[in-house]
Amino acid sequence: MTPTLTLSRLTKRFGGMEALKAVSLSLEPGKRAALLGHNGAGKSTLMKIVLGLIPFDGGEVSVCGAAPGSPSARAQVAYLPENVAFHPALTGEEQLRHYLALRGESPRQAMELLGRVGLAHAAQRRIGTYSKGMRQRVGLAQTLIGRPRLLVLDEPTSGLDPVSRRDFYDLLDGLAAEGTAILLSSHVLTEVEARTDSILILSGGQLVAEGTLAALRARAALPVAFSVFPAPGHEASLAAAFPEAAADADGHLRLSCTQAEKLPLIARIAALGDHVADLDVVPPSLEDIYSHFSRRDGQ
Amino acid sequence: MSRILATAISEFRIAFRNRWVSIATGMMVLFALVLAAAGSAPTGDVGVDRLSVTVASLTSLAVYLVPLLALLMSFDAVAGEVERGTLPLLLTYPVSRLQILLGKLLAHLAILALAVTLGYGAAALVAVWSDPGAVQGLGSLWRLIWTSVLLGATFLGAGYALSALARRPSGAAGLAIALWLVAVVLYDLALLALIVTDGGGAFTTRALPVALLANPADAFRVFNLSAAEAVAAAGGIGGAAGAIPLWQSAASLFLWPLAAIGLAVAAFRKVTL
Ligand SMILES: Nc1ncnc2c1ncn2[C@@H]1O[C@H](COP(=O)(O)OP(=O)(O)OP(=O)(O)O)[C@@H](O)[C@H]1O
Ligand SMILES: [Mg+2]
Repeated sequence: MTPTLTLSRLTKRFGGMEALKAVSLSLEPGKRAALLGHNGAGKSTLMKIVLGLIPFDGGEVSVCGAAPGSPSARAQVAYLPENVAFHPALTGEEQLRHYLALRGESPRQAMELLGRVGLAHAAQRRIGTYSKGMRQRVGLAQTLIGRPRLLVLDEPTSGLDPVSRRDFYDLLDGLAAEGTAILLSSHVLTEVEARTDSILILSGGQLVAEGTLAALRARAALPVAFSVFPAPGHEASLAAAFPEAAADADGHLRLSCTQAEKLPLIARIAALGDHVADLDVVPPSLEDIYSHFSRRDGQ
Repeated sequence: MSRILATAISEFRIAFRNRWVSIATGMMVLFALVLAAAGSAPTGDVGVDRLSVTVASLTSLAVYLVPLLALLMSFDAVAGEVERGTLPLLLTYPVSRLQILLGKLLAHLAILALAVTLGYGAAALVAVWSDPGAVQGLGSLWRLIWTSVLLGATFLGAGYALSALARRPSGAAGLAIALWLVAVVLYDLALLALIVTDGGGAFTTRALPVALLANPADAFRVFNLSAAEAVAAAGGIGGAAGAIPLWQSAASLFLWPLAAIGLAVAAFRKVTL
């Protein structure tokens, strides 16, 4: 399958500062990729280049087989900017009718689109009276116009309440199932974990990790943490059995080991029988994996 | 075409809600009626109908008011979108910058046409009411309307260009006021001073016609005065209009809007995010 989006060795400089350093990636139809990274990592810059809003200094970009920003690319790509804004004097419906006409679609679809993002009740109100999340929904609605082949969404769930976030990802699932490729950025790791196919981590303009969450988890090889709760009266014997463990204020023993050592360690703990009251195994969290890859130089 | 129209419809809505339609129309009607009232005193003029007299004074009014209204409506066109942050999303749509500007132009021109038609129309009604023979002057009224729209188009285009160059509404507003002062007020004052010092010499006969054609506001005045054959009565700078063939001032009137829009598109293309 030919990728919907391909970047190869993309480089972007602002003055002397390299905002993107030889970033290569590709996104196939129907795939949802999440772009993660610290503030200033270059996520928005990368997206603006894909849309042809800003020029780049090196490398190649192909969007639906065309140059970014070309008429053919623009006809097939939909965008939700980081801080989406609309003219406050227009109503939600009028704004969407305008966008529909610009894409050569019938303005009559405006109400249906607003309904899909749960804004039908406010369609006749001016956008100036909308809440932040409502404006964000207008922004989402306009990305649904005319079956785009590529969706570029810059922090699409910012400002959305938890229920709306879930609805939003359901919407994305539907689009992806129809073959739309989706590139979105986010700072909310948990939602990205469950609802996207792959993760891209940018750090200081470099693509430092790419793949499914499981693959990244394996690659990071972060330690697994254990909390062992001694049975009453067995604190001392347990501490003697695990001299490498650190006891915390509650008397729980804290241990950690690599992924490969996990099962043998569990066996060792289980062998102590009723000296152990309980056991918690804490796998590396998404935050741990993320910060492992997105560490900046000198941090 | 449908993209231009869609843009025009949204722009018209925005202008309507921002009260630009009522401000422009109200201003034109008010000033036109004041002029009509001032001009309704019996004059010694014989052989000229009252409407033609009214049109002559409306021409002097339009030279100032039409560029002002056009600049006021246009200075925010690009800078406002930049400031509100609506431009990045718009530019990812399959619509060209030329189409965006043409859409805005269409809406603003419609408002301007409405304002001058209602304003001049009110003054014409007063004239015809007091002198039924004034209907003879309807031709010159029609001419004043369409030339005002062309003059407006020039200054709308110039306003878009300044808006794109400034990128901030406050800067664009300053530039627009400066352009109005220079093109409509200072330019004529400078010409007048030169005529006085020149005393009918080479400047008045050769350079002055070119200078008048080079300024869209003067070309507008010259065209309307010479078309009405009211040149002799106008005196001053208008007096020089007699030396300029009608087709030349007409050409200036038609070419300036194209040049201004061209300039605006060029400036808009330079706006990056
Ligand atoms: N127009 C610009 N001129 C100069 N530098 C810029 C410009 N736009 C972005 N940058 C710089 O490029 C770097 C990447 O910015 P970018 O907006 O892409 O970050 P981001 O990953 O989207 O961050 P965030 O999570 O805060 O949205 C930053 O250091 C920023 O200061
Ligand atoms: Mg960003």
